[in-house]
Amino acid sequence: MKRIALLGMPNTGKSTFFNRLTGAGARVGNWPGITVELLSAKVLLAGSMVEIVDLPGIYSLHGFSEDELVVRRFLESQPVNGLAVILNATQLDRQLAIALQLKTLGLPMVFLLNMADEARKIGIRIDTGRLETLLGGTVRLVSAKFGQGFKEAKVALEQLVQAHPKLHQASAEALMQDVQIEDALQHAFSQAVDTPVLLPARLTDRIDNVMLHPWLGLPLFLLAMYLLFEVVYGLGTPLQDGLEWLLSAAKDHWLTPLVGGLPAPAQSFITDGLFDGIGTVLTFLPIIAIFFLAMAAVEDSGYLARAAFLMDAFMSRLGLDGRSFVMQMMGLGCNVPALMGTRIMRSPGLRLLTMLVIPFSLCSARLQVFLFIVTAVFAAHTAPLVLLVLYVSSFLAAILTALIWRGRFSSHESLLLELPPYRLPTLKFLGFESLRATRHFLKTATGFIVLGVVLIWFLTHYPFHAAPASADTLAGKLAAGLAPVFSPLGIDQLLSIALLFGFVAKEIVIGALAVIYGAGGDQLSTLLGHRLDGVQAMSFLLFTLIYTPCLSTIAVIKQESKSWRFTLLSVAWPLLTAWVVSFLFYQGARALGF
Amino acid sequence: MRTLDQLLPDNTGTITALHVGQELQRRMAGLGLKPGTHVRVMRRSPMHGPLQVRAGHTDIILRRSDAARIEVCLAP
Repeated sequence: MKRIALLGMPNTGKSTFFNRLTGAGARVGNWPGITVELLSAKVLLAGSMVEIVDLPGIYSLHGFSEDELVVRRFLESQPVNGLAVILNATQLDRQLAIALQLKTLGLPMVFLLNMADEARKIGIRIDTGRLETLLGGTVRLVSAKFGQGFKEAKVALEQLVQAHPKLHQASAEALMQDVQIEDALQHAFSQAVDTPVLLPARLTDRIDNVMLHPWLGLPLFLLAMYLLFEVVYGLGTPLQDGLEWLLSAAKDHWLTPLVGGLPAPAQSFITDGLFDGIGTVLTFLPIIAIFFLAMAAVEDSGYLARAAFLMDAFMSRLGLDGRSFVMQMMGLGCNVPALMGTRIMRSPGLRLLTMLVIPFSLCSARLQVFLFIVTAVFAAHTAPLVLLVLYVSSFLAAILTALIWRGRFSSHESLLLELPPYRLPTLKFLGFESLRATRHFLKTATGFIVLGVVLIWFLTHYPFHAAPASADTLAGKLAAGLAPVFSPLGIDQLLSIALLFGFVAKEIVIGALAVIYGAGGDQLSTLLGHRLDGVQAMSFLLFTLIYTPCLSTIAVIKQESKSWRFTLLSVAWPLLTAWVVSFLFYQGARALGF
Repeated sequence: MRTLDQLLPDNTGTITALHVGQELQRRMAGLGLKPGTHVRVMRRSPMHGPLQVRAGHTDIILRRSDAARIEVCLAP
């Protein structure tokens, strides 16, 4: 198999070029000896299949960031037919540095100067012939986004493969040595690139005068977040509801009659265990797809770096940065895509700390539980206040967690981000990104979630002669055993079984309560109002708010962190916090005579 | 001689030295921040937030604590 690696600095449009070259066939894969998953795809070039590998964007071949280590390790261990180096044509003043560093590897190379259209617009003229002599490889001007020069670029890659049909290994010494290229960089730049002395005032600068305004910037940012939130959940939630309706209809009209002949436990296992489990995963799909569409748009537009600029003063005091805040806000809709969104953070410490904090965001599923219980137990005029308290508690829990754990997950990383010009993302690119994220979620989270659902099903249904979730089932016995833990919180055994269900998904807590109390809808509402006083209800709500949001969240935390230890921590820590907060609240309120 | 964090918006200067350690120095060089580079402070985020600095054709945001370790020679 022939192989070409795609290399370049961040913000060069490398992924856009990759998508254009490879189409939708790209897949995420593991490479021996490399810790990060890399995207690759097979493409037909000059009559032979060539594997194109998209390496992470790096600023230098010799640094020690995770991405730089990955690229070096890849070049050390994987032979290639050649490299395709993507450079941002508007920033050749610094980007030629990486081209010159790569030249020392002794590999065949093609240089693609991307965003050539932008460069021409601001008056940058590039002498490609001279650049080819200086860099020792073919140079082509392209616009990966709009496709100009793309054919020529592809031809250059075909010629590369034809001229070098054998795999080459990068020169190992060159990877070790930190070459001084300052003079060569100056020389190459001044020889081959003609740039106007004064860059014209860009549209980006004018937009930034408003968007990054000292006191307008933050309100505008919050407004932008709110609009994004509205779009994602305004479109996603109806789709999710629709899918839920469809699935429950399929269950009632198709699956239930189909398994009617089987023994009762097997019936229940298939319908309440497997089908509901897989159904839960499926209903997340629309929101994940739309969320990633929106996130790709924000990331590609250049606004994400601005968000970091605006929120950094506050977030840095918590050991986080502005991008963490964006994800925190997104978590208010659903924690799952917000957790997946932390992929934009390259520093492992920062990313893990953000992932530890996100599950405290009061997501829409929890809101549904809260609305039901708050209306059932509290008077109409105190209900909004209770909800407000819950939202404030969610942010306090997040801030407290960040403050406690920031030492453990310090990122040791200075915030150093490029502020790219504003760009309009193309729909095609957004579609690619969204599709890829959705597929990835399906592939990795399904098994985990189904397993969890089956486990909870077993606990609440075994032994089979007992009524589901009753005191005789394993869950009931577990609840009895846990009574010493939950009674100091004012949470009785029946409610603690509901909390067990809540582990799977908060969406089913109300349904579980209906099963447990044997009453639904208004009846359940009245029943809860009688059985719980305000202090007990609040304690239950606080616990529900803070402990693990759902199985999907845990599955995604495992998928993204690739660490069981961290996953365990992200389950144990919120549980502990939930218990302590509920305990302090319940005992405090009782001591004060409420 | 001043440090980059002392520059006000629209001030320009030339970087003379970076006291940031090898790793950060590499990353900064990758973004164009190195001795001899001409820089302009575009804006400073309030509440002691980060700076937006333009070096050549690239805009960069960095925290003031890091900017304080970059020496610049103020342009007249």
